[in-house]
Amino acid sequence: MIETMDQIFVLLQHWLMGLLPAALQPVAGVVLGVVAIVCLFPALFALTTVFERKGLARIQNRIGPNRVGPLGILQPVADGIKSLIKEDIVPLCADGVVHFLAPLLLVVAVFMGFAVLPMGRNMVLVDMDAGLLFFFAMGASTELSVFMAGWSSRNKYSLLGAMRAVAQMISYEVPLLMSSLSVVMIAGSLSLTKIVEAQNHYTWGLPHWYIFTPWGLAGFLTYAIATTAETNRSPFDLPEGESELVAGYHTEYSGFKFALFFLGEYLAMFSISGLGTTLFLGGWSAPFSFLGWVPSWFWFFSKMMLSIFVFIWMRGTLPRLRQDQLMNFAWKFVLPLTLVNLMVTVLWRFLGDGWQRWVFCSAILIVAYAGIGLAGMRRGHFGPRRYLYAE
Amino acid sequence: MNWAFYLIAALTVAGGLAAVLLKNTVHCALALTVAFAGLALFFLQLDAQFAGFAQILVYIGAVAILIVFAILLTRGSETPKGSVFSRNWLAGLAIAAGVFAVLGWAVLHSASVLPHETAAPTVTVLQIGNALMGRYVLPLEIVALLLTAALIGAVIVALHEKEGSR
Repeated sequence: MIETMDQIFVLLQHWLMGLLPAALQPVAGVVLGVVAIVCLFPALFALTTVFERKGLARIQNRIGPNRVGPLGILQPVADGIKSLIKEDIVPLCADGVVHFLAPLLLVVAVFMGFAVLPMGRNMVLVDMDAGLLFFFAMGASTELSVFMAGWSSRNKYSLLGAMRAVAQMISYEVPLLMSSLSVVMIAGSLSLTKIVEAQNHYTWGLPHWYIFTPWGLAGFLTYAIATTAETNRSPFDLPEGESELVAGYHTEYSGFKFALFFLGEYLAMFSISGLGTTLFLGGWSAPFSFLGWVPSWFWFFSKMMLSIFVFIWMRGTLPRLRQDQLMNFAWKFVLPLTLVNLMVTVLWRFLGDGWQRWVFCSAILIVAYAGIGLAGMRRGHFGPRRYLYAE
Repeated sequence: MNWAFYLIAALTVAGGLAAVLLKNTVHCALALTVAFAGLALFFLQLDAQFAGFAQILVYIGAVAILIVFAILLTRGSETPKGSVFSRNWLAGLAIAAGVFAVLGWAVLHSASVLPHETAAPTVTVLQIGNALMGRYVLPLEIVALLLTAALIGAVIVALHEKEGSR
């Protein structure tokens, strides 16, 4: 029974495949997997929008959406219908083809990332040898569609938003890749299924997740910071800062194209949270060994939604950064910390088992964190911004 | 040599041609990205996962972005009024044909020099990593040093302009 619940989606897929002639079965298996991903994550997106609006409202002492359906739970249906029947306005001097292609390419590239995420035991669409590299390659190609959207709109706010977005995404991609690299060094593989398997061991009922090691905790923190910036979420939501740029690169998009951008942003959040879960939080493995009877997919999605909750919480709590603060933070604080963390990971790998490596690695990381932080604060130009080129 | 090869080849060549022939510079850069993507697909078709994904990550994720940034931040984004062809296109054509001939000759003659492979080799990422860190570590370090020097040089060039203007 436990086994059946754990593998229920795999069994369902095999049962559906069995209904077809043998020649079609490999194709049907892939199509079923793709359809499942394409249906599931937009549904989660719809739920998350309500969850986010309700949560933000709670933080800001409001009620939030409560008109459509019980407790406003049907709000995304209304939003979907609204975005479908709205007029699709393309600015007169916009670059038609590029303007049309940008949201499509964004959503396609974001969807591709889900192909390599192991969402449960045996639940991965393509088990690639270079899965992590594939994920980051797809993530990097979203930047170009953001630029395409901003440039083709022929609007100063769009272009500024796109430039900010691209600069931010490029800057934070370096710490993102670097912090994932330490996991690859310990697990010894770029395959995400192998990374999860390497964490799926227990000592005294406690899991061997990478977040429970000094380098893993430091790596997870830098990873979390970099993902927040990479998905343009608050406090790094400068590319679409409403108060200064209207809506950034999707200012000139209306109707369903705007909905596609919205969808792409949330899907990117899901996929990058899923990757963080896989790399640092043990993927689909249970948090305690006695909870092993709970289906593996349940753990993956709980951890992913927990990360989404933290994203929403931060959005309700933190104020937006300024552009120069954002860049300084990336290059002068997060990047040195990830570099130190890489070295610490090497030490961890070669110091062998024993309590010494725990003390040693933790000490180096704490000293580095405090040192870089204090040095940055002491240099502290907290005053008004110094413009280098635009004076 | 199947239909997938011809499909990707058509896409890559079309992207490359569009990059040369289109008038708007940003369109050219985007067409060049299509050609990059086609090359990545070629690598993937040859079962070279690492090279293919690295191509996407580096060329589409970084080089293409760098190109469009360079176009936008300099004064090159205006569409030229006249023809996009240079006046001495004949010389350019001759040089391009010469380079293509040398490359083609080298590729066609490489088959006799290299050991003859009967089956397609299966190379994992682990093997590539071991080779880069073992046998080819010196070339890797030299490339890294060169790139660091280029980076520092670029920063110095950009900063120097400011000191001069003050």
